[in-house]
Amino acid sequence: MVALAEKYEIKLGKATRDAFGEALRELGGQDERIVVVDGDVNNSTRTEWFAADNPDRFFNAGIAESNMIGIAGGLAASGKIPVVSSFACFILCNGFDQLRMSVAFPHLNVKVVGTHAGISIGEDGPSQMAIEDVALACALPGFTVVVPADEAATRAAVRAMMEHHGPVYLRVGRPKVPVVYRSEADAGFEIGKANRLRDGRDVTIVANGLMVSAALQAHDALAERGISARVLDVATVKPLDEAAIEAAARETGGIVVVEEHLAYGGLGSVVAMAAARRHACPMAFVNIDDTYAESGTPEALMEKYGLTSDDIVRAVEGLAGARKRG
Amino acid sequence: MATTATSAGVAPESGAPVGTGGTRSIEELEAIARRLREDIVRMTTKAGSGHPSSSLSAIDVMTVLYFGGFLRHDPKRPDWPDRDRFILSKGHAAPALYAVLGESDYFPRTLFDTLRRIGSPLEGHPNMRRLPGVEASTGSLGQGLSIGLGHALAARIDGRGYRTYVMTGDGEMEEGQVWEALMAAAQFRTANLTLIVDHNKAQQSNLVERVLDYRPLAEKLRVFHWHVEEIDGHDLRAIQSALSRAQEVGGRPQAIVAHTVKGKGISFVEADWSYHGKPLAEDELARALEELKN
Repeated sequence: MVALAEKYEIKLGKATRDAFGEALRELGGQDERIVVVDGDVNNSTRTEWFAADNPDRFFNAGIAESNMIGIAGGLAASGKIPVVSSFACFILCNGFDQLRMSVAFPHLNVKVVGTHAGISIGEDGPSQMAIEDVALACALPGFTVVVPADEAATRAAVRAMMEHHGPVYLRVGRPKVPVVYRSEADAGFEIGKANRLRDGRDVTIVANGLMVSAALQAHDALAERGISARVLDVATVKPLDEAAIEAAARETGGIVVVEEHLAYGGLGSVVAMAAARRHACPMAFVNIDDTYAESGTPEALMEKYGLTSDDIVRAVEGLAGARKRG
Repeated sequence: MATTATSAGVAPESGAPVGTGGTRSIEELEAIARRLREDIVRMTTKAGSGHPSSSLSAIDVMTVLYFGGFLRHDPKRPDWPDRDRFILSKGHAAPALYAVLGESDYFPRTLFDTLRRIGSPLEGHPNMRRLPGVEASTGSLGQGLSIGLGHALAARIDGRGYRTYVMTGDGEMEEGQVWEALMAAAQFRTANLTLIVDHNKAQQSNLVERVLDYRPLAEKLRVFHWHVEEIDGHDLRAIQSALSRAQEVGGRPQAIVAHTVKGKGISFVEADWSYHGKPLAEDELARALEELKN
């Protein structure tokens, strides 16, 4: 994401996977119940930092995600707080029935961490890109699903995830991402609570993950055009902050949902369902739609697959036009 | 006879006896197994569905495990941290698990009559959230050994002495996840983990050897670095010996390949593997109960 950051003069922070690895190392030293099982990508997921400090509480389960998740279920049933980590696509897709039967159905206290989510991993291509993961995780009853925006939010989310009792899916990314929050305290992260980063009257942009910084850029560009946009960081996709969505619908009259994920079953679907239930309003969606991506630089992919601040601006203007006509 | 240690089978902290008593003779175990077989066929016929034949093949091994002084557990304290774990990975044999749990007084035996009814904790497949004594929610085949491995690793981390037993079916051994778990358990040297394969030779649609012929199973498990015992899974003394020897093995997980007969104990079910997933009709039940008496 370096090129994009230079273009908009945004300060880049660490990758959210790095923040996860650091927070896990810190918390692992404080809580002996934390056990990590990784699918042989510990030097990519950054669980290697926890492993270095706690070799007796770290297991490399090999390239075998199904077994890895089953092990986590057993560890949790015996009182541990297992963290299972791999690339988001492998842990959710390869291990889905195990997440269902060995974690969700018995409602065990397993923390599932998927790194390298989204198309922003770039050159490795579609086989390594998790773009279905949020939909899959949201489909599991009792799961909490968290997609933090940046480094500070990720640290806060890891802390909250460990304090929460129950299964959690945490989605983090590979590239360095722009700083949204100055500190962990500034991130004010709470499971199930949306953060209002900008206030506005005309429309609300709902985003999570690395799309939050793009939403903030879009806010500024829209302001120059006389459009006042509220920006919500909805890091917790499930359980959704439905009150924040209802307020956005009532007070701004339109919602644009932005995510680095497929259209079906992600944040857009969840927010649309909440709006329909609480206070229906015109909506638009910025996402990867219904397709797989390809290899390329992260920046080129974000542009080609419609995930830039310009795409958000266009979606907001389209929504405004539709509302005028309506 | 190699077994029936007196210390095993008793939960030391509470001093409570396990199940309905302490050390038992082979004759007593045979009587219990016969009673549990009656429970299995009665409850599945009453329910009108279920897998009695898969339960009947497994029940002798489970009888020795639960009532032969091996499994250390306390029905009054199902969450006792030091209890041994038994995970029925072949969850469709739930009637066998319910029979041993009922016999152990985890719940009143009158619950057998509620099997598979709405509101009953005796669901079609075991649900650990609803029934004390059930260590894992199973029914999607292939997952129990991984879960058992998690329990075994937790014991190691905590320095606890409990053992974890996992029972899979032989059709279930076709699931790739089982082999992932076999590799991982050997790699992690979990000597506190014992796998029992209820090798009854038949799966839903056909004989295992006609679906995916993975024979020889014992040799495959050995080359995966497991200690392997191969026994007649209906010979109570052989089961006792194998479970005893498994406890003595150091540094490696152990597998007991229990050669069994699907529907064991009821001649007309033994002779027809198409009984998978079918309860006995009322008239068949009467014949079966008559056979079990003799």
